[in-house]
Amino acid sequence: MKIFQIILEALDSLIANKMRSGLTMLGIVIGVAAVIAMMAIGAGVQNSITGQIEGIGTNLIFVSSGNQQQDVRNPKPLTLADADALADPLAAPSILAVAPSVGTNQEVSAGRESSRISVTGVTPAYANVANETIAEGEFISQEWLQGRSAVAVIGPDTAERLFGYSVGTIGETIRIAGTPYRVVGVLEAKGGSGFGSQDDRVLIPLTTAQSRLIQRNVRDSVDSIQVQAVNSESVAAATEEISQILRTRHHTEVGIDDFTLFSQDSILNIAQSITGILTVFLGGIAGISLLVGGIGIMNIMLVSVTERTREIGLRKAVGARKRDILVQFLTESMLLSLLGGLVGILLAVALAYGIGAIAAASGTPIDPSITLSAVLLATLFSMSVGLLFGIYPANRAANLQPVEALRYE
Amino acid sequence: MSEIVVNARDVTKVYKMGEFDVHALRGVSLDIARSEVVSIMGPSGSGKSTLMNVLGCLDRPTDGEYLLDGEKVENLSDDQLSSIRNRKVGFVFQSFNLLPRQTALTNVVLPLRYAGVNNQEAHERAMAALEKVGLGDRIKHRPNELSGGQQQRVAIARSLVNDPAVILADEPTGALDSKSGQEIMELLLKMNEEQGTTLIFVTHDPRIAAMTQRTIHLKDGLVEEDGL
Repeated sequence: MKIFQIILEALDSLIANKMRSGLTMLGIVIGVAAVIAMMAIGAGVQNSITGQIEGIGTNLIFVSSGNQQQDVRNPKPLTLADADALADPLAAPSILAVAPSVGTNQEVSAGRESSRISVTGVTPAYANVANETIAEGEFISQEWLQGRSAVAVIGPDTAERLFGYSVGTIGETIRIAGTPYRVVGVLEAKGGSGFGSQDDRVLIPLTTAQSRLIQRNVRDSVDSIQVQAVNSESVAAATEEISQILRTRHHTEVGIDDFTLFSQDSILNIAQSITGILTVFLGGIAGISLLVGGIGIMNIMLVSVTERTREIGLRKAVGARKRDILVQFLTESMLLSLLGGLVGILLAVALAYGIGAIAAASGTPIDPSITLSAVLLATLFSMSVGLLFGIYPANRAANLQPVEALRYE
Repeated sequence: MSEIVVNARDVTKVYKMGEFDVHALRGVSLDIARSEVVSIMGPSGSGKSTLMNVLGCLDRPTDGEYLLDGEKVENLSDDQLSSIRNRKVGFVFQSFNLLPRQTALTNVVLPLRYAGVNNQEAHERAMAALEKVGLGDRIKHRPNELSGGQQQRVAIARSLVNDPAVILADEPTGALDSKSGQEIMELLLKMNEEQGTTLIFVTHDPRIAAMTQRTIHLKDGLVEEDGL
């Protein structure tokens, strides 16, 4: 028999039991929709987190004091001098820029508005390294750094929060821990959310922070140093150079560093592997519903085989071989699951964008991305569900003995 | 005697029913020539259904030899039996056994589809068969739109369409009123006259047996009387 005829006949018999076929398909529809929607949302979360991490800057290495893996006696804090040493292009040719910083949360107020906001002491290099652009005014300059000036660059959300508007706040005064600072610049909005908004922060000159705001035990100490490598290929070389320089400067014992390096890549990798696991996890749970749908197909096909025992007997009597009967029933179950899968894909699109819209409305934008591969995978998967769960009933039909099948009432 | 179509030698059939063996056939030997019209009679339990299943290649004999149109049947696989039924046997059942959702035409086409005949030829042959049984104007009707007699005609067309060596009719008039039953018998006998189709009736209706040239009586799994 021709494939076309087989499919036509299978469709015909599915249509003959519309209600039953529809309900059986529903199981697959829900299963496929759930799998694709969950994978789309997982991919969306991954994209949004990756985007946020990349928004921090490019090819960055974060240097912090101390060692999280080993006990180190008397770890030396990072200092401005360390940062200057790293910035030496002769000693560290793979390093493009170095941005030391200190930071705490401080009470920041303007007029009657007051709020605890992250305050970071930075150098002029920070703007490039951290990928910050100025929307209005200017960034912290070398003169302000050297003069320990009481000036501040604020994020757009901060401006909104303190002044009620984000434009035209240059020259206004804010108070950080009671001390007045003049606003000299407003940062461009970066968007994004999640861990610590990039748009709600105050930047002041590093020297100002060290002398007036954030007292540390060691003079000139900084909390962290952000290092930007020349390009993505030189991140590894830059990491090595940083280690060498800091080991020499801190006189560390061999094999025991008193600092920790963390590259942006490794953060990206961690984030991607976490969201990847999340996606697989969600998809797996959704996959269970697809499995249940498959069992539904098996159930209905078994009923159908029993109901049509006489038909099978007749078909065999007039010459159907085992294979003919097998193919007939397999086609029906695969058609059921394939049609269910196609409807499921449509439902998944609606579902993914619905959830995306809800997420956007609640302030954590996720852009669900339905990839072609996810759609193909789901189609293939639903067909194989039909095949897998159709085999048993179809085999049962194919192995019926014609004599007994014809006698069946 | 002309060419032998059905040649059964000492055919036995034993069913296992739990711990007991049921001997449905205890050694049946039969020769049926081409174009013969034979009826097999016997009380229920005599083994006539079993004999029909064996003769129709729906079932294998437990022992003995059976040649259908020159082909040995007793050791064939299930699929080989399907193929032999497809080529050499036509069935007419008491309850018609038509596919309810298919039209008369597709019902008749069915054996040809399993025979691998291409679509166009299959439809032409099915049309011809339906015209032969007088249903040329009913080809698009489904079984539930046809009377019992008409349904049985569709079944006869289906049994004829593959040009089989033998047609096995199991109580073909059993589900019909006497008038349409008579018509069906006449139709089958006409096919025998016109085309020389070998007919085997399995029945307990003496009126049917009276219309056949030869009646074989079965009792307790043995041929009691062969009206040869």
